[in-house]
Amino acid sequence: MSELNQEISQEKSQTVLSPTKSVKLRISRSNPEVNSEERFDEFVIPVEKYTTVLDAILNVKSHLDHSVAVRYSCRQASCGSCGMKINGKPALACFTKVVELNTDTITVEPMDNFPIVRDLAVNFTRMFNNHKKIMPYVVREDSEIKPDTGVKEILQTPEDVDKYIQFSSCIKCGLCNSACPTMAMDTSFVGPQALAQAYRYIADTRDKGKDNRLKIIDDSHGIWRCHFAGSCSQVCPKGVDPAMGIQLLRSYLLGLRD
Amino acid sequence: MMILRESIVMKIHYGTALGAVFLTVIHILMRMTQDFHESLQYENVIANYQMIGYAIMLELLLILISVHGFNGLRVILLEMRQGPTYEKAVTYGCIASMAILIAYGSRTIIMTSMGMV
Repeated sequence: MSELNQEISQEKSQTVLSPTKSVKLRISRSNPEVNSEERFDEFVIPVEKYTTVLDAILNVKSHLDHSVAVRYSCRQASCGSCGMKINGKPALACFTKVVELNTDTITVEPMDNFPIVRDLAVNFTRMFNNHKKIMPYVVREDSEIKPDTGVKEILQTPEDVDKYIQFSSCIKCGLCNSACPTMAMDTSFVGPQALAQAYRYIADTRDKGKDNRLKIIDDSHGIWRCHFAGSCSQVCPKGVDPAMGIQLLRSYLLGLRD
Repeated sequence: MMILRESIVMKIHYGTALGAVFLTVIHILMRMTQDFHESLQYENVIANYQMIGYAIMLELLLILISVHGFNGLRVILLEMRQGPTYEKAVTYGCIASMAILIAYGSRTIIMTSMGMV
């Protein structure tokens, strides 16, 4: 019996465990409804190879402090809910692995240029209002569905689709608006998210709302207030390039393209 | 109240920048036709103003730089603060300041070129 035990103890495990390490997670805490105080609470949490910043925050929420306010949903960079500043840079918490940050201390804060609801949750009202303002849908008189003749297809070539497809990936996470230096100063600025979406629909060959959209963004707080810092494009988790969209939109307004 | 569409204002802004750079280059080249210390002597400065072509160029330069500069100032001020009253005050204030500066500069150019100084 003892020989058998020894054999078992010498047998190599087939399960490869990633080494567990700990990081210090600093979470910004504030509640503007109560007072203007902002502080950082620190938590030491275990992380593994695939632990994301969102996992770490939810670990804190589950085991250490239930009151941490964070907005999240899909956990796969599709819903755009968990945008926040991670070590000073706007990013999706569910799309940022702790090990990729190469640091033992992670600081999470709410996104800049958004009013704070509480802790890491911010108010998206301004961004959504600006998004709605630019008419984020295909505008045309006729419909793809004809009551008399059935369904009509509005064809596009792959080249037509290429003009706008990357801008369709926007998940409205607000990271671009958070990184934008003009948004920080100009509270009426329409923002890179809405401008990129304006380009997305203007560049769509099915759309007939170009003139109306250009009028909306051709405002003293519209497209011309972009200083082309390019930080919006740097932080986009979906590879959208709002800075390029804004420059392409400007070329319409300057008469350089039809 | 919007006086002009922002795209037209910005076309003017970019156009005046290009024009001002072009005329400033001519202005600097003109200075290089003589030694630098000579170009700033009273008689030479007055003589420059009395060349009609040069006086017209200076007047154009004054207009281009004033329009570009005050529109730039308007843009900076609009980004710093927002609100309908403030924005109206900034817009009309910049237009008025621009007009005063152009009028005062034009007066100097006209008086000097006509030998009234």
